[in-house]
Amino acid sequence: MTLSTLLILLVAIGVAFYFAGNMTVKTARSKGKVFHSLPNYYGLWAGSLAFFPAVVVLILWSIIDIQLFQSWVRDFYPPEILAAGGSQAIVALAKVENIVAGIRFGEPEAWVLQAGEAWIGWAATSTMLKSAVVLGLATVCGLIAYRQIDTDFRARNGVEKLISYGLIAASTIAILTTIGIVLSVLFETIRFFQLVPPTDFIFGTEWNPQFEGAERAGSGGGEAKYGMLPMFAGTLLISAIAIIVAVPVGLASAVYLAEYASPKVRSTVKPLLEILAGVPTVVYGFFAALTVAPAIKGFGESLGLTVASESALAAGLVMGVMIIPFVSSLSDDVINAVPQSLRDAAYGLGSTKSETTRQVVLPAALPGIVAAVILAVSRAVGETMIVVMAAGLAANLSFNPLDAVTTVTSQIVTILVGDQEFESAKTLSAFALSTMLIILTLGLNFFALQIVKKYREQYD
Amino acid sequence: MENSNIKTTGNVFVDNPRMTARNVDVYYGDKHAIKDVTIDIGEQEVIAFIGPSGCGKSTFLRTLNRMNDTIDICRVEGTISLDGEDIYAPSVDVVPLRARVGMVFQKPNPFPKSIYDNIAYGPRIHGLTKSKSELDDIVESALEKAGLWNEVKDRLDQPGTGLSGGQQQRLCIARAIAVSPEVILMDEPCSALDPIATAKVEELIEELKSQYTIVIVTHSMQQAARVSDRTAYFHLGDLIEVGNTEQIFTNPSHQLTQDYITGRFG
Repeated sequence: MTLSTLLILLVAIGVAFYFAGNMTVKTARSKGKVFHSLPNYYGLWAGSLAFFPAVVVLILWSIIDIQLFQSWVRDFYPPEILAAGGSQAIVALAKVENIVAGIRFGEPEAWVLQAGEAWIGWAATSTMLKSAVVLGLATVCGLIAYRQIDTDFRARNGVEKLISYGLIAASTIAILTTIGIVLSVLFETIRFFQLVPPTDFIFGTEWNPQFEGAERAGSGGGEAKYGMLPMFAGTLLISAIAIIVAVPVGLASAVYLAEYASPKVRSTVKPLLEILAGVPTVVYGFFAALTVAPAIKGFGESLGLTVASESALAAGLVMGVMIIPFVSSLSDDVINAVPQSLRDAAYGLGSTKSETTRQVVLPAALPGIVAAVILAVSRAVGETMIVVMAAGLAANLSFNPLDAVTTVTSQIVTILVGDQEFESAKTLSAFALSTMLIILTLGLNFFALQIVKKYREQYD
Repeated sequence: MENSNIKTTGNVFVDNPRMTARNVDVYYGDKHAIKDVTIDIGEQEVIAFIGPSGCGKSTFLRTLNRMNDTIDICRVEGTISLDGEDIYAPSVDVVPLRARVGMVFQKPNPFPKSIYDNIAYGPRIHGLTKSKSELDDIVESALEKAGLWNEVKDRLDQPGTGLSGGQQQRLCIARAIAVSPEVILMDEPCSALDPIATAKVEELIEELKSQYTIVIVTHSMQQAARVSDRTAYFHLGDLIEVGNTEQIFTNPSHQLTQDYITGRFG
């Protein structure tokens, strides 16, 4: 029985129990019995108990059995493969799985065929057992729930509880996904650190992964260098430029919207500003590469400066424009949350509008504004498209905004685009960079949350 | 001469007025919130505005230091003068006006700054002091006048929002005093306070009236009776009756005043 057939059957059993519970109670009620809850709660109770535990078992079983087969099949591997480990074992597993899927390349080794046959046998047994257990479980649970139906049974409360468990499960998925992402990147990072020492990576000032292949081919050339500092310098430089653009402009427009603009202006301007946030970053990217960068180059050269045709300044400026809405929209919300009574107090003492804004409203909103800025920074740090298109790929350890620099994100893209061998330090370095980037942005978000939390305590 | 077109019962005039309002109308958009109010506010007196909710007493209070300017749809007609000078004249700047006519609000609203900075805020924006020690003196004397000095002198650097409700309100009064106003407007200053804190604020009003003119809006008739020299009764935007507090509460002349103070409505 395939997975989808099983699922359809489970749904059918659940629906059947729903109607059974519902009808039973309806009939009994029409005969004058008084029940604690409405009939459909009894139906929901019986149907849910039939369906959900069985589905959970089904999912877990389907995940676990493949893992089990993968470990059992190792018994068939010739000893030399087991001894070699690593990629050899992965190749062996792939061969066996091809047999199981019915794909044959040439004449497979005898042990591969044996392993494949054994696997097919296990799978058949597992599927049979699984169908029996899951369908049996659904029926038994459904029957138990159905037997509980009684005038005193509090089905409504039970269903409420089930709903709360469902909601918990949904929110857990988001958390588990985050953990999953972090772990998957982390494991690759650990593999990278087995090839390149962490200290070389974290404190290295040279980034030059391209020579890996050349060196292996014996054609000499330089040694591959995996120092992350040039990229982080580039990321920080571009983010700093972006923040220098976005914070004053964003904050000023937030103050205008919240304190000065009439409601009419506000209701037009705010959505317009937020449109900026909706422009795809790739569009910002070619705007930066095709319009801003040449303009900066032309302007710089007219002043006698040497400007790279792809400069950190161009990427940073455009990225700054991109994150203006983050700063302005969030700051606007925080400024609006400052109680009117504080403004009244300041006006009552004879403050002008700008004195009130500068000396009372902004300080009161400061924690929230800082949080908004930090969220904008973490957005800038993680931004990819603009820098890929406009900042260049030269890993210069430079803080000159007129130079071409590269960022962590654009290097990750460069490394992972195209065909890659997943065993090389070059490819794995992308994961190490990702880990560092995640640590950086998670740290920034954590910071922002702490500040927001402090802010909330102050005003509630 | 002035008496001819006044519909208010009792005597609205005093011998030594600090502020005078003549035929004042206030509109919120189309709503006529204050109707032709004429009243004097005397030197160093405590005058209480009472009346049922929505009668316009707070609105009228806010016209006295032009706090209504912050509301776009609000329009004021008539004349309001401070020491004989029309405060709605185009030449008048609201910044010094509000320093001369201070305000204390319904809910204690200390700035989220230190106690010291709360008091120093007004003197700083008006440039009243030349040196730090002068500012220190102003802060100390304002807190002393508000009866708060002994409670907070060891923690002037702590946030004003950390004080209790009653202390916060006295801090707000001290903040208003720090710019040496001539008139202090109080908009239901005790409505968010417990009885003990209320008693302290009332004591404070008693002490302050030797130096300041105080206009207090209150929902509590007992409070009006305890703290004020004169009482003005507002009803649906009209100023119904003005008189000595004792007379208003023992022997009101107007039927509406009598109905209100005997608890028939409000």
